[in-house]
Amino acid sequence: MDIFVPQDMAAIAVGANQVAEAIIAEAKRRNMPVRLIRNGSRGMFWLEPLVEVATASGRVGYADVRADDVASLFDGGFAEGKPCGNFLGLIENIPYFAKQTRFVFKRAGVIDPLSLDDYRAHGGWRGLENALSAGPAAIVAAVKASGLRGRGGAGFPTGIKWETVARTEASQKYIVCNADEGDSGTFADRLIMEADPFALIEGMVIAGIGVGATRGYIYLRSEYPFAITMMNRAIALAHAGGMLGPSINGSAYGFELEVRVGAGAYVCGEETALLDSLEGKRGQVRAKPPLPAIKGLFGQPTVINNTISLASVPFILAEGASAFADVGYGRSRGTMPIQLAGNIRHGGLFEAAFGLTLGHLVDEIGGGTQSGRPVRAVQAGGPLGAYFPPSMFDTPYDYEAFAKCDGLIGHGGLVVFDDSVDMARMARFAMAFCAHESCGKCTPCRIGAVRGMETFDKILAGIDVHNNMSLIEDLCETMKFGSLCALGGFTPYPVLSAIRHFPEDFVPAPLRHAAE
Amino acid sequence: MMPRLQEIISQFQQVDGGLLPLLHEIQSAFGYIPREAEPEIAKALNLTRADVHGVISFYHDYRRAPAGRHVLKLCRAEACQSMGSEAQAKALLDHLGLNWGETSADGRITIEAVYCLGLCATAPSALFDDQPIGRTNADRLITLAEAAA
Repeated sequence: MDIFVPQDMAAIAVGANQVAEAIIAEAKRRNMPVRLIRNGSRGMFWLEPLVEVATASGRVGYADVRADDVASLFDGGFAEGKPCGNFLGLIENIPYFAKQTRFVFKRAGVIDPLSLDDYRAHGGWRGLENALSAGPAAIVAAVKASGLRGRGGAGFPTGIKWETVARTEASQKYIVCNADEGDSGTFADRLIMEADPFALIEGMVIAGIGVGATRGYIYLRSEYPFAITMMNRAIALAHAGGMLGPSINGSAYGFELEVRVGAGAYVCGEETALLDSLEGKRGQVRAKPPLPAIKGLFGQPTVINNTISLASVPFILAEGASAFADVGYGRSRGTMPIQLAGNIRHGGLFEAAFGLTLGHLVDEIGGGTQSGRPVRAVQAGGPLGAYFPPSMFDTPYDYEAFAKCDGLIGHGGLVVFDDSVDMARMARFAMAFCAHESCGKCTPCRIGAVRGMETFDKILAGIDVHNNMSLIEDLCETMKFGSLCALGGFTPYPVLSAIRHFPEDFVPAPLRHAAE
Repeated sequence: MMPRLQEIISQFQQVDGGLLPLLHEIQSAFGYIPREAEPEIAKALNLTRADVHGVISFYHDYRRAPAGRHVLKLCRAEACQSMGSEAQAKALLDHLGLNWGETSADGRITIEAVYCLGLCATAPSALFDDQPIGRTNADRLITLAEAAA
């Protein structure tokens, strides 16, 4: 009897460890031969703790299990997969799951994340084997042909970065994984690292072979303690299994990989700030050029890619570039792990080809708000992303379509707000967050964000609102065009979109009170 | 303190870009980064004292003084805000008579802000020492803070 309880941080945050303990205790009390497997999460977080039981016809699920429920579940025949409690039936038939196209997250929640056997049995290392036989040039060509674009936010073609590093001669090159997933409303990096860590390792090894790099770093934020532990254990296992080290799978290629833990600076998600931080410095943004591909970590050619970009590579090498490129929308090829978050009924990770509309994602897939009140705003792409009103829900989920609406896909997060949200406060928060996280190198960001926050305080207090609003618009221009990186440069997106789409929240205070 | 400090420093002396892991290790051993450590680190890593101080002060994680016996981090980012985190945090802070970043007078608990724990679909979220907590509410937070010994 195989029973699965996720060891994902979000599942544990809602009681998965207590459930796992209760299942072991109850099975022992009943003298039942239960094997408890701590899988990763499927990403359907609103169902967590989601317990699965293996049956002859597949894995069935039980939603929102509490430790107190376990005895009665056993009474109901749960260990044999019989319907009882919050029975969901076959996991793969749950509409939220069945509607997805799981390329990158196909093993997430299915396997024991630290079992090399499980990983191999579910298609792991096939991309690496193909990569080893195809050789470096073919690897880079495949990533280029897949149309994969950086999943961290900028959407730059991954293959072009790789090609530049491959062509640059150097005695030492590096692969750096940007796992500094700081955007609110995103958890795709965390989920893949906790549910399928070998996929990231495989992607980084393939990148190393492709561009001639022998060393890799995963820069992982300190707010993700479970992912840090998981990646370190996975690296040790991959090493012992010959998939890392001086000879990858018996080949002439070698690759060493190490986790480096961040220290709570959001700006280190910006690639050049991350590189400085990896070098042991303040995480300050570098001026470009030189590009990291030419002069990156320790001055050497460096591939720096987002976690999901790298974790997409094994699929591309295993199934072929066209399998990835064949799905998508416009110039956005492949799948995107969209993260439905905040005030939403069905919050979780939804991997799908680009092109679904924003409204479909929020209303149909996400089921609207959790509070049951009307959706008022959706922030797409993290704290630097625009707020979308429901009137823009026909926007297709695509890099270019979002850019056309002065928005961004970013790292794929969608944070839903109901009608109780005060958009003037959210606009102020965008400035406050930028002020809190600014690296201080450029003036528009360092000073501008502070002045923006102060000006919003005046607006919220009803002081000279009209003139102060003009000041904000002007300041946003300066920040947008004068900042060194996306932190100062994109903070105007949430601010200006809030003003544009929700002007009623920015009227002088007496009128606001009168309206309420 | 000094022998342990020197032991940690020597461990990271040869590590490429080893200052952050070194500081993490010092903080995990002492609970904060003692001022006395700055010149020692600078000497060992061939940096100026200003370089070391600059790195320590840049990152939100590094403490200049010990925290309370327990640390409760409450997420203040957008996804948690959409589920009412700010009102919950205010209720807790008012109950304890603390501001953000402060420690209770008895040294029991420190309340800190965190910007995203990646638990945005089970918001609001918190981290109590190493224990993540999802779907928080004000009563749960207050009970948790009161029970912390």
